[in-house]
Amino acid sequence: MRETALSESRPLQWLLIAVAVAFLALFLVLPLAAVFVEALHRGVGPLLATYTDADTLSAIWLTLIVAAITVPLNLVFGIAAAWAIAKFEFRGKSLLISLIDLPFSVSPVVSGLTFVLLFGAKGVFGPLLDDWDIKIIFAVPGIVLATVFVTFPFIARELIPLMQEQGTAEEEAALTLGASGLRTFMTVTLPNVRWALLYGVLLCNARAMGEFGAVSVVSGHIRGLTNTMPLQVEILYNEYNFVGAFAVSALLAGLALVTLAAKSLLEWRHAEGLPTARRH
Amino acid sequence: MTVAPVMGQRFTFVRPSALPGFGITLGFATTYLSLIVLLPLIVLVWRASALGFDGIWQVATTPRVLAALEVSFVTSALAALLNAVFGTLVAWVLVRYDFPGRRLLDAAVDLPFALPTAVAGIALAALYAPNGWIGALFAPWGIKIAFTPAGIFIALVFIGLPFVVRTVQPVLQDFECEVEEASATLGATRMQTVFRVVLPALVPALVTGVALAFARAVGEYGSVIFIAGNIPFVSEIAPLLIVTRLEEFDYAGASAIAVVMLTISFVALLIINSVQALSRRRYEGA
Amino acid sequence: MQKASQLHDVTEMGDTTVDLGKGEPIAITAEGLAKSFPGVAAVNGIDLQVKPGELMALLGPSGSGKTTLLRLFAGLETPTAGRILFGDEDATHLPVRERRVGFMFQHYALFKHMSVAENVAYGLRVRPRRLRPSSAEIAKRAEELLELVQLPGLGRRYPAQLSGGQRQRVALARALAVEPRVLLLDEPFGALDAQVRRDLRRWLRELHDRTGHTTLFVTHDQEEALELADRVAILNRGRLEQLGHADDILDHPATPFVAGFVGDAIRLPVTVEAGWISLGRGKVPAPFQFPSGPAELFIRPSDLTLAHSTGHGTFMGKVVGTRRVGSARRAELVLEDGLPSVEVTLPLEHSVAKGEELHLNLLTMRLFQAR
Repeated sequence: MRETALSESRPLQWLLIAVAVAFLALFLVLPLAAVFVEALHRGVGPLLATYTDADTLSAIWLTLIVAAITVPLNLVFGIAAAWAIAKFEFRGKSLLISLIDLPFSVSPVVSGLTFVLLFGAKGVFGPLLDDWDIKIIFAVPGIVLATVFVTFPFIARELIPLMQEQGTAEEEAALTLGASGLRTFMTVTLPNVRWALLYGVLLCNARAMGEFGAVSVVSGHIRGLTNTMPLQVEILYNEYNFVGAFAVSALLAGLALVTLAAKSLLEWRHAEGLPTARRH
Repeated sequence: MTVAPVMGQRFTFVRPSALPGFGITLGFATTYLSLIVLLPLIVLVWRASALGFDGIWQVATTPRVLAALEVSFVTSALAALLNAVFGTLVAWVLVRYDFPGRRLLDAAVDLPFALPTAVAGIALAALYAPNGWIGALFAPWGIKIAFTPAGIFIALVFIGLPFVVRTVQPVLQDFECEVEEASATLGATRMQTVFRVVLPALVPALVTGVALAFARAVGEYGSVIFIAGNIPFVSEIAPLLIVTRLEEFDYAGASAIAVVMLTISFVALLIINSVQALSRRRYEGA
Repeated sequence: MQKASQLHDVTEMGDTTVDLGKGEPIAITAEGLAKSFPGVAAVNGIDLQVKPGELMALLGPSGSGKTTLLRLFAGLETPTAGRILFGDEDATHLPVRERRVGFMFQHYALFKHMSVAENVAYGLRVRPRRLRPSSAEIAKRAEELLELVQLPGLGRRYPAQLSGGQRQRVALARALAVEPRVLLLDEPFGALDAQVRRDLRRWLRELHDRTGHTTLFVTHDQEEALELADRVAILNRGRLEQLGHADDILDHPATPFVAGFVGDAIRLPVTVEAGWISLGRGKVPAPFQFPSGPAELFIRPSDLTLAHSTGHGTFMGKVVGTRRVGSARRAELVLEDGLPSVEVTLPLEHSVAKGEELHLNLLTMRLFQAR
């Protein structure tokens, strides 16, 4: 503990702690608690009814599929981008880094809109797709595209700073010892960034499964076909099926809690394997 | 890569390196980036530009759009300001004090990043509705929170909090204890040290965090629409109006509003970057 | 050219006269002072007085407690036992901000977001309203202090835009601005290049002679301590080993630790038998009435000379290597197998070969009973 001369008085400390805890309780803990209480307040019966409902099941299934496509795509991109950016010096590098972060500053609704403008019935490729009888908007491909867009930066932005901090010395050492490029990457680079990679995957997955705005614009809300879990929440809520809406929400909230727990565990146990900004 | 003699170093695109794989990884990354991110955004701007500047201006200044933009920007700004105060306080308490449950609280700060926005939306709506846990406390006084702009404000505070905490926290963490000691040996009271030495040093990070929270809040959709009530001219946010226009197949109108919002987010980003560049140049000597 | 003018800058004092308003210098005293941190006694019962106007160095290896002692004087740590006196006043529990010490941190701890002038003026600006000079006076004083430390006109710069040596002087000006009763400097030259260090060392000595502050500074560099300070306090493991002038410490080390710590001394474990020390196939007389038994002999290069005869009190060393040091030559010698090698300084014209045996005399005896 610091000396009293360099710290606030005890009562003031406790007052500040109390205010901070109250603020976080009001804005973070209470909404989370509300989800579980509302889901359970009619008992387990209606909850189970929701979880065995065909539309809910298909929404869960679709959410899993979307995440299973999105995360690997952005993973490959993240690794490729981080390798090029962190291990080489080239022109336009800082521009490339800013462009990677671009999706974070675009409203999810706007991201959805851009895909409607591209592939919608009146979009740029609309007539072409119509001729070939391919549906992207109001179908699963559109949902995947919108999700890939909004989760685009997550993995790259964990890997880039860490790999920049690590430099190229270890890779160069491996090459001088006779390892091939691919082998160097697999045995030297990848093990060095595995925790950051996992961290990025966790965040990317959470957002992919939870994305609402962008997906809502391109989905068309067709029950059993193009509804992801967050969209199912909206439909049930708008039908005044609150228990159902909160039951699906409870699953998503559970996912959020698991993500938070895993993320915190990585921050505590493997801080040295994460970019400096993540260590706290 | 051909290296021109003598002046070679200056005109090559990439500095020569012993490591392999530059061409293929950069090629893949830029192609993927172009297809997934740049192409859609370019089409959006192109689509809106068909209206011309006057056309966009006309759409943006219709009373309903203006009202929606005002609701979005004003509530986002207010929420960001509240987060500036409480986010700094939370960061301070998490970094400086040790108390039971500190780590749990620290982890909880990221909840708004992890919780799907639709879930947050219905949870907040349930809490602040006139018959909800919190709404019921205010209802007897005739105060409505959910389904009014106050509800939007609550949702945007929720969404923006981690941005402020997570940008201020590391700066506070790395703040040298010696600097505070120096202030004390020079005769400053604890309050003077905090307000003249510590907090001013946090300003660049705070501005960044507030701008990030603001930019996110302006574009936020999922957590807001359930609690907002979505009454045109009162509690209708700009992103919702885009969705409405889309449902009416008014692509041009939707694009115009989207471009206005994009422009404003980029201005916010620009502010962040220049604040960071300025403070780096002045205070870090980089 | 550039170098020369910088040198001129820091070694010559400016002509400005500044009223430092500190009154008569006071003594600071530690009485049985102790500070323990969980698991370590950083300062373990120290009695020490810095006389009014004295420049004293606290010298010791890292972890010896010298910085903790300095921080105790400043009030940045609270002692676990003992008293601190400022003059006759008991300052043990006086809060930091009321002690009026000028403390300079090793890495200066300048306020990064304030200009140089704002840094210097800070101590005056935070005074209670009734004691605070007008802003015009504060600005004037800051400029005077910057002139005193030879940084005139740099007030509007930010710390990041200064060199290491300039930052150090800003930190000193900031400490002087509060009209301190004593100056406490933590490794004042620790973060600087060797050249800048030497220049600033001389400059600080001159500044001290002019302003007359009671000054205590911490260093791990013995050359710095012995050259700059009026007296040197040597600390080891939280205890005061010796306090004295440079000559005392170099010529009459009070403890084996001091004998081994200062000078390039080599410690040799030896045995004393009936007043004689066996060494290198010879015998050297031990000091009068030195008890028999195991002992520690400390030998510096300047303690050895070549013997001209092979009589009583000489001994032999075998050359294992030579090296050139400035205008002399040093030979590395093994006196007995298994003992650390010692060095002897030879004139340049005296060349020696590896394996050669030299006859030696010991000029100065630094012998301690083994513990």
